[in-house]
Amino acid sequence: MDFGISHETLASLLQLYVAIPLVAAGLLTALRKVQWLQDVVLSVVLLAALGGAGALIAITSDGDVLAHGTGGWAPGVAIPFAADMFSALMLTIVSVLALACVWFATASGYSREPFFAPFILVLMTGVFGTLLTADIFNFFVFIEVMLLPSYGLYAMTIHRRGGSLRVAGLRLYIGANLFASTLLLVSAGLIYATAGAVNLGQLAGAAKEDPAVAIASGLALLSMMIKASVVPTHSWLSRSYPYTSPAITTLFSGLHTKVAIYAIYRWYAVLFDGDSRWLWIGIVLFSLTMLIGVLGAVGENTTREILTFHMVSHIGYILLGVAMFTELGMTAGIFYLIHHMVVKTSLFMSTGAIEVKYGTGELGKATNMMKREPVLGVAFFAAALSLVGIPPFSGFVAKFGLMLAAWEATEYVAMIMMVVVSLLTLVAMLKIWNGVFWGDTKQPAPDPAAGQDPDGEGATLGGGVAIYPESDGTSESTSTAVSATGTATATEPHDTEYKDSHRVGGWLAAPAVALAVLSLAIGVGAEVLMNWSEVAAQGLMDTSSYVEAVNNH
Amino acid sequence: MTLAISAGLLMAGAVYLMMQRDMLRIALGFTLLGHAANLILMSAGGTAWREEPFGEYAPGEMGAVADPVPQAFVLTSIVISFSLSILMLVTAAVGKKDDYTRPGRDPLEEDPADKSIDEDVDVSFAHDSNDRPVDAGDAAENAGAAGTAEVKE
Repeated sequence: MDFGISHETLASLLQLYVAIPLVAAGLLTALRKVQWLQDVVLSVVLLAALGGAGALIAITSDGDVLAHGTGGWAPGVAIPFAADMFSALMLTIVSVLALACVWFATASGYSREPFFAPFILVLMTGVFGTLLTADIFNFFVFIEVMLLPSYGLYAMTIHRRGGSLRVAGLRLYIGANLFASTLLLVSAGLIYATAGAVNLGQLAGAAKEDPAVAIASGLALLSMMIKASVVPTHSWLSRSYPYTSPAITTLFSGLHTKVAIYAIYRWYAVLFDGDSRWLWIGIVLFSLTMLIGVLGAVGENTTREILTFHMVSHIGYILLGVAMFTELGMTAGIFYLIHHMVVKTSLFMSTGAIEVKYGTGELGKATNMMKREPVLGVAFFAAALSLVGIPPFSGFVAKFGLMLAAWEATEYVAMIMMVVVSLLTLVAMLKIWNGVFWGDTKQPAPDPAAGQDPDGEGATLGGGVAIYPESDGTSESTSTAVSATGTATATEPHDTEYKDSHRVGGWLAAPAVALAVLSLAIGVGAEVLMNWSEVAAQGLMDTSSYVEAVNNH
Repeated sequence: MTLAISAGLLMAGAVYLMMQRDMLRIALGFTLLGHAANLILMSAGGTAWREEPFGEYAPGEMGAVADPVPQAFVLTSIVISFSLSILMLVTAAVGKKDDYTRPGRDPLEEDPADKSIDEDVDVSFAHDSNDRPVDAGDAAENAGAAGTAEVKE
């Protein structure tokens, strides 16, 4: 599409994806006491990113690739920023999810934590950077830029409701990610040693031709599989994501592992050039990921633990797309990736909103939410059906496409596994439904605002954050007001507090509903996203235009 | 070869330390792992060229100069692993049982070996300017006991 601006100028604007959030983060760090400015700058930057990503989709929809060498150095010397349809789609969806998550965090009170906005902005700098860079070492640096603020966000509410689990989760999270990052660093060194470059343009097909480069690149893929929590390296995810605050789990679920998935797709396409010799390894690992992830989910007993295990399972689905390496497989995989990010975030939000207001995510402790919070119930149900793959929603199109691709690639075992895993997914979703949304109408709901901690003293699972002020006045006055009412209600007789009126306001429920509706829209109008995914898949099946653009920017 | 042996030794030490129980040792293990990675990166530029890449060289002498690109990589990765070491050491210093890394989820499930360790040391990441420090424990003691009793009825 022609915007009346030259191709080179447009390509050089790609760097703004890194520059603007970083500058804004610095600004907000300096002005961290000005709460309204934090909210405004954060939303404006994310909206601008979304707008830019929409424009990028329009530009790259005919298979065009934008590439720019930072600093104007010669191609191969400069760090290249490149965007094709795949990057544009990812940029769009991560912007949407970041906006929704910031909304959720604001509504549940987490955004008032010190440095919330700067952390999110640096995190997004890293995410945008990883999606746009075409250089492996620079990718590693952006991964770290993405991870370091995540550690801060993970620890954010530790002073309110910390405990050993939160600290242990943080340690595990840092440990697993630092290990994977160091592995990536080593592999970047080995790729440089064997192939003489870390620039994707110069590495095109290198791993297919030279076994030494293949080993080094395999190490890079392994590090990304650890980050994406592929079986057998999946357990760090399911034992760290559930133990932070609900808003942060929600935010991470859409970003970190999905960046790793993006890298696996991109690198297998460019470095290995879709080498069919190694695809069986992917088929085996990712089928096992699907199965073991969902079995873990069925076995768990809190909403967020179930959903994180589901994430593992669905990462297996998404990566099966690249393990088939056919155009249909890649298209379905990319479609699945986008669908899954939306749906998973919606699920984390609808159950997270309950955790925030009822203080627990454990099944059977705060029940009958369909009566108490009908809006959230419907949003959860819709997203859960989408996750399972029921027709009107996006999950159906995604799963159907993937199964069709598996049939076409004659991977029958993987295809049967997809069907079986879908059934188990339904079981786990119904488990949440029974334990949280259905239940005894007479059972009173626990109320953390009145000092009741349904998980027991010192518990770390669950939100337990009803101590946050709900209205958005100046934080000092409201927080004292809430502390006053909090202690007052705690001393009153308890039967007056068990009112079954709903506690999750429209503001808090809205992002979950919006994403559920988005999933429905993707399901009904699947044609649009399917076409975009196809363009993205074609760009990965035939990387010549990407490589050429990076080499000749 | 010397570089390979050194990197291998560092890697072995790192793996051993990361398998230990205390967070401090794990953090030290990650430091060693970072060193190993940096040595591998340095060796990626080739080990035969030992001249530093500064100053003026005639075109014929360029063959003796070390590759500056891996050096820039290492410089970057040192800073990153440095910041992460600090963070890991901080997480070693907070937590109910200090740097012990085997928490139980449920008091009943807890490792019998833990019994001697004091459980009630407060966790706090020092900060917070606006909000009061909240002690959820006290409130839960007052209200939670009665609340859970009612729930069970």
